[in-house]
Formats: sequence, structure tokens, C-alpha cells
Amino acid sequence: MTPTASTPLLAVDDLSVEFGASRVIENLSFSVSAGQTVAIVGESGSGKSVTSLSIMRLADMLGANYPTGRILFQTAAGEIDLLKLDQKKMRSIRGKEISMIFQEPMTSLNPVFTIGDQVAEILKLHEGKSNSAALAEAKRLLDMVRLPDAAELLTRYPHQLSGGMRQRVMIAMALACRPRLLIADEPTTALDVTIQAQILNILRDLQKELGAAVIFITHDMGVVAEMADDVVVMWKGKAVETGKALDIFERPSNAYTRTLLAAVPKLGSMTGEEFPKRLPLTVLENGEPKLSGVERIQNTARYDAAPLLSVRDLVVRFDIKKGLLGKVTHRVHAVEKVSFDIHPGETLALVGESGSGKSTIGRTIQQLQKATAGNITFSGKPLSAMSMAERHNLRRDVQYIFQDPFASLDPRKTVGFSVAEPIRTHGLLDSEKEIAKTVDALLERVGLTSAHTRRYPHEFSGGQRQRVCIARALASKPKLIIADEALSALDVSIQAQIINLFMDLQEERGLAYLFISHDMAVVEKMSHRVAVLYLGQIMEFGNRRQIFETPSHDYTRRLLSAVPVADPRRRKPLAMIEGDIPSPVRAVGNEPVLLAREEIAPGHYVARSA
Amino acid sequence: MAAFLVKRLLQAVFVVIAVTLTVAFAIRLTGDPALMLTQGAGSVTEADLVRIREGLGLNEPFFVQYLNFLKSIFTLDFGKSFLGGTPVSLLIGKALPATLALAFTSLIVSIVISIPLGIKAATARGKWVDQMIRILSLVGLSFPNFWLATMLVLLFAIAVPLLPPSGMDGFESFILPAITMGIILTATNVRLVRTTMLETLRSQYIMVARAKGLSENAVLYKHALRNCAIPLITFFGLQFGGLLGGIVVVERVFNWPGLGTLAFDAVGARDYPVLQAVITVLSLMIIGINLLVDIAYGLVDPRIRTE
Repeated sequence: MTPTASTPLLAVDDLSVEFGASRVIENLSFSVSAGQTVAIVGESGSGKSVTSLSIMRLADMLGANYPTGRILFQTAAGEIDLLKLDQKKMRSIRGKEISMIFQEPMTSLNPVFTIGDQVAEILKLHEGKSNSAALAEAKRLLDMVRLPDAAELLTRYPHQLSGGMRQRVMIAMALACRPRLLIADEPTTALDVTIQAQILNILRDLQKELGAAVIFITHDMGVVAEMADDVVVMWKGKAVETGKALDIFERPSNAYTRTLLAAVPKLGSMTGEEFPKRLPLTVLENGEPKLSGVERIQNTARYDAAPLLSVRDLVVRFDIKKGLLGKVTHRVHAVEKVSFDIHPGETLALVGESGSGKSTIGRTIQQLQKATAGNITFSGKPLSAMSMAERHNLRRDVQYIFQDPFASLDPRKTVGFSVAEPIRTHGLLDSEKEIAKTVDALLERVGLTSAHTRRYPHEFSGGQRQRVCIARALASKPKLIIADEALSALDVSIQAQIINLFMDLQEERGLAYLFISHDMAVVEKMSHRVAVLYLGQIMEFGNRRQIFETPSHDYTRRLLSAVPVADPRRRKPLAMIEGDIPSPVRAVGNEPVLLAREEIAPGHYVARSA
Repeated sequence: MAAFLVKRLLQAVFVVIAVTLTVAFAIRLTGDPALMLTQGAGSVTEADLVRIREGLGLNEPFFVQYLNFLKSIFTLDFGKSFLGGTPVSLLIGKALPATLALAFTSLIVSIVISIPLGIKAATARGKWVDQMIRILSLVGLSFPNFWLATMLVLLFAIAVPLLPPSGMDGFESFILPAITMGIILTATNVRLVRTTMLETLRSQYIMVARAKGLSENAVLYKHALRNCAIPLITFFGLQFGGLLGGIVVVERVFNWPGLGTLAFDAVGARDYPVLQAVITVLSLMIIGINLLVDIAYGLVDPRIRTE
């Protein structure tokens, strides 16, 4: 049989995959044709990555079995079933006919070989090129993915490249032998949004040029809307819905798809709203999506009261010592003259990309980091004027929630112990009975049960762990919670639940949040005011409507335009930003220019260009 | 890299000073050499003792003695042995190559065996091959070296006289002592290679290498092994120091004409110029090997080289 336009290039038919006794993929079928992009979407545990590894037969190395199904692939020699091939035959297909781009560009390249060697390796292997011919071709490939100074890059090592550059090298490597099928497994998830936009563009252009079929695996509905022709929605190892992208987004027929789409925060969905809004959640109930919970305008910020926290001209720099005597030659200018206030009951968002200094600001407020200059005032008292005891108490009033709920709980301590720890540390309660009662109440408040107190972190899912972290943060009755990318590691449906939990707690307790995030759509849903940071300075500051509806700084506009929106009708040319985010590392004496800010509307400040 | 090496070299200089000071001081703790020298010599007057002390430079202040000691290292003149009066540098000059040859052979035997076995155990994790390798390495770890040496001699030199039981004479004579040392080293090394390899195999770039279509051997021996090199080199370097210490016993059993035998005899005879020289030479060698390990880091890992 010869491949024709009607025969798909790759057809997965009734595929099941098992690891030991657990079946992670069940009777999955879908197909992809030349020039077409099929997106496989799903949340963690849906089996989408196992699907890609099974097509490559790399899942075998992890111990996978294939009890049912076929994976039919059209080659020049006719149709073959990839599941029937031995590993030796698979190796002649891998990297040549089917290639793959992985999620983590920081760890995808071998640290001990040069970029040139790693790209040339695949050309030598599959095309029998000589070393010099392969290197010449590698240079051409690096040019193709728009990497500057390709010739020089060939001799560099991975650690000398940024994440975005490394992912381009990966793409160059994947496309080196002109594969007919490219599998991209969350290729942009670990990247900043402006870099993500660049990478998506390159992938789209090259696909057009090479006519390859693409399987795009992602959890991000925005990226799906941007990239896919067809969509396969996976849930618990099964394809629950398959269809054209437009149909899936506009007329989803499956209950899970509808729930998933309802949970996706859409940039621009809050246009015209004065305040953040707590929205009811769409949850699956007896197989049907139902709205649950109340809708409430989150008018909790008390601007009439004195600011809870004032940050004035905060500067944080890190010295980089080099040479024999450890002389300071460079400095990381993490934060440069940042000022803002947070009022009780307010959510202030700090947004920005890598190196913007947003996390450093949070860490400095929590006294995990020393400020180089500037003032931090809490409840009217400057941090510099506080005694040791007062500083200790400040740690009770300000709590921190980290990004990774897996790493921020002690794996050897019970959840109950972790939640009780702040109470004991600060001596808030004496009797064990009282403490136990408070811990139970806290866990129940965040949606867990008191039965959970005696369990260990590994027994919980990511979302549940983040709830535990919130309960722990609440234990010392704080006034301010710093949430540092606290939602970034969570699936969207869990994210929506946690956003509502944050809002409910704010309403109940008048909590203020410093919400540090790179996700513009979530920020739009949650925050009262927003500060846009770039290289340690505030580029734009204003209330939510000012930032999202009348963005006035060039960088804010670029940042917003780079966010993919979960609506296939709103596809747009993404190439608005070229090049990498500049580094905040500068030579000593080469100080950054401090940008002056002007107030263009009441409370809306924009940095003037340098 | 240059700055890194200069830094390491400077550190090494300080270590050398510390080590030589310790040796010079510790030797003085063993008692008055003049008394030791004259033990059993019959009638010795106080004047004789003073003369001997003056002859050995022991009447000088400690600081001057230390400088003399340093000078002796640079001029390779460690004085004469109390036994027979042979210059110590001559004794060391004969023993050192023998010890180095045995140590390197043992280390190479162990590396050549443990790397493929460790990799095999890692890739067959949990299967019977892995279990076998781990059990064997535990058995190897449990052998005391003197026992193993004796058993090997009994088996292969006496029961089945294939190999020479002792002495250093040609290639065959290396086999038994090198295997004795090698087996014990291998037992630890296999486990280390296995653990480092397991860690490396979990890396994303290994999956990427497989996705390129590379053969398992290319993935393991090219992509993975090079990344295991840093912990392995560190450990092999440390091990070489331990090896020089442990060699005393094995050399004794096989009557190997190396530093171990020399030191052993010197201890028995309180031949302190020889002992002092042996300790100094061993210490300097261990410092030198650590320096080589640092250079090797830079060679295998570009992240250190280009820092």
C-alpha cells in the first residue's frame, strides 16, 4: 500500500499501555496526516506523555507493555506497525522518521558535549555524514531555528545557553533528518511566555516548510488553540473527545472537556469588571458538568485603611565573585528601586518573566533575603527599626507559599505536624488538645478532612499538598500571604479551586496577598492591583483594569500579546518579540539606568523609556 | 580554568606545609633517636649521645630542623638508613616504582571490571543479574585483604602452582597481588558505578539520546558514562590514597619489594629516617593525585572548565 492523501501518516488504533498491573492508557485511537497538527491535551495523569513515549517505543525502557492495539506508520516501504518492530528497527526510525522534542530544555541537552557535537551526532548516525559535513549541516540547522552566531554556538556547551536557546537547539536536532512526524511534548511549558511565543512561531513556520505531521502534547489550552488542527482530549488514560480544534472549543460534547474548558483562565475574560470576581466552579457531577459555589465580587481591599506593607526604593543585589582573590567583578541587579503598598484585604500581583526580580522581592519581605538598600514597613513600623523579637513576630504575620508543593513539605513529617509547626514555633497555643483542634479546623477549612492529619505528604496529590501548604500558612493567623507562583505547578481544574479558596479566605479574614506570578490570565482573575516588573524595575503599575485594558508600557503590551488565548478564532501573529530576555548580571560600575515613572491616570504609573 | 588550577595549586602548597610539619613533629614524639641508635651498643657516654645528636642536627631548634627537613625533600637527601647505612633516597627509589606499579595495576583492574559490571547492574536494575552483581560485591567487600591474599596464594601458587607466590619478577608476579587489591576495590566501585549510573540514566538527556536513535551502547558508554565521571574520578582519587595505605599488608603477604614492605621493616627496626621519608613521599603523592583529580574534573566537565 502506498501512502495517499487519505491515508494518515500515523494511526494509533486501540492502543493500551500497561506498566506492571496498572493500565495507564486504554483503547486509544487517533491519527495524524502529513502537514497536520494534532494536539493531545489533558491534565497530569491523563496518559498524554506515555502516548508519545509509546509511539517512539521509548516507554519500553520504562517497563511498558502493550496488551492491545497497533501504531501504524506509513514508510516508503509501506505500512508498518511500530508495536511489532524490535528495538533495533525502531532505532532506524527514531530521530530519522519520527523525532521528539521534550519538555525541559534545561536538562534535555547533554552537559558534557558541545552543541555542535550533539546536533552533528544525529546526522552522522542516520545520514552517514562525515564529521565536517555534519557540523556544516548543524550550522545551517541552527540558522534555521533563528539562533544568532550559529558558527560560534557549535563550539559552546549547553550551560552557556538560555532555556529558549536550548529549546531551539532541541528543535534543530529534532528536525535535522527531516522527520515526517514530530512529537512535541510540552515543548514550551518551562519557558517564559515571550520565549514561548517565539518557539511556537518557529515550530509553525518549520512545519509549513517541511510538511511534517506534528503531535503536540500540552496541558495548556491556550497553546492548543494557537497550534492545533485536531484535538484529542485525554482523561485518565482514555480519549474522551476527538475532533477539529474549533469544534472542541466551541461545541465540546464531552462533559470532561466542558469542565476542563470552563476551568481555563482566559486572558480578557474580566474586561469591564472593576474588581476581581469569585466565580462558581464547573465540576463533574454524575458525569455532567454542574456549576457549584457562589459568584461574588471581591471588593475586599481597604484602601481607606493605612497600608499593611510599604516597600520604598527596595534594592537587592547579589555579588558575583571571580578570580583568585574573590574580587567582586559582577553583580546581579535583582531589584532596583521598587516601591509599592499593599492594603489590608488587597491582592497585589507582581508579574514578570525570569530575571524580573519578582521572587526576590517576595523573599526580601519574608526576610529570607537581605535588602541592599530601601525600606520595608509593616503595619507602620519599619523593618530596620524592629528588634529581633519583632522581626520574629513579623514572620508570623507574613507567610509564604512556594511554587512546588512537593518540595515544600517535609516528607518525613505528618501533615498534621507540618500544619501545627507554626503554632508551636510562635507559641500561639499551649495545650496539645487546642493545637489538634486548630489543625483539624484548618485542614477542613482548606477542603481536607481531619482524618488527613496523620498522613504523610506522599499520600497526597499536588493540589491537596498545596492545600496543606495553605493550611500551614494560615496556622499562624497571618495578615499577609506571599504566594510565589503558588498555582503554577497545578492542573487548571485544581488551579480554579485554589483561586476560589484564596478569594474566600481573603473575604473571611481580610487577608492581603502578594501574588507573584508569570501567568497573566490568572493574575487578571485574582488581583486588585498589578505591578509589571522587567529586569528588577517596575515598568507599569496600576489597578487591574488599567493594566489589562489600557496597558501603556511597551513591555506590558508585548507580555500580554505573547499570552496564547484559549480561543482558536483569536489566533494572532505571535512574533512580536525577538531575542532573549536580557540578563540582570552587570559588570561592577555598569549600573542600570533607573527609569522615571509618570502617573498617566490616578494610580496608573508608567516607566518612561531610558 | 587557569584561575581554578592556580587556586588548587596554592591550596596544595599549604597542604604540603601542613603535612611536612606534622611529619617532622610526629617523628620527634617517638623518642630520642640518639638513644634508639645506641640501644644495645654497650657503654655509651653522655658525650657520645651529644655527638650523635649534633651529627643528626637534633641539637638545632625545631624550626631549623624543619627547614633542614624541607631541604632534604628538595635535595632528595633523606640521610642514611640505620640498618646498613644505605642512603634512604636509594631505598625509596627502588621501592616506589614497585608500589606504584602494583597500585596502578590494581586500580586499573578494578576500573576495567567495575565499570561494565556497574553499568550492567544499573541497566538490569532489580533483575537477577543486578542481584547477583550486588551479592558478589557484598562478598568481595567482606574479604579481609590478608585473608584473600593468603587464599589466592594457597590456591594458585601452592595447590595449583600456576603463578609465583611472592616477589616481583615479571608479568606473572603481578597477577595475584593485583587481583587481591583489585577485588576489594572492585566491590566498592561496582556499587558506586551502579548508583551514579542509575542517577544519570534518569536524566532527560538520556531519553533524548535514545530518541535520536542511538544504540544502547552509545547511550550508556558515550552519553551516560561521561556524566558519571565526576563522582567516579573523585572516588577513584580518594581510593588511590587509601590504596597506598592498604598496600602495606598486601605487599607484606606477597613479599613485594615496595614502600609497604620498606615501611613495615622500618617500623620494626625503628629506622626513623626511612619511616620519615616513606611517610613524606606517600603524603606528597596523595596530594599530587588530588591535584590530578582536580585537573581531570576540568577535562571531563565543561561547566568547570569554562567557569
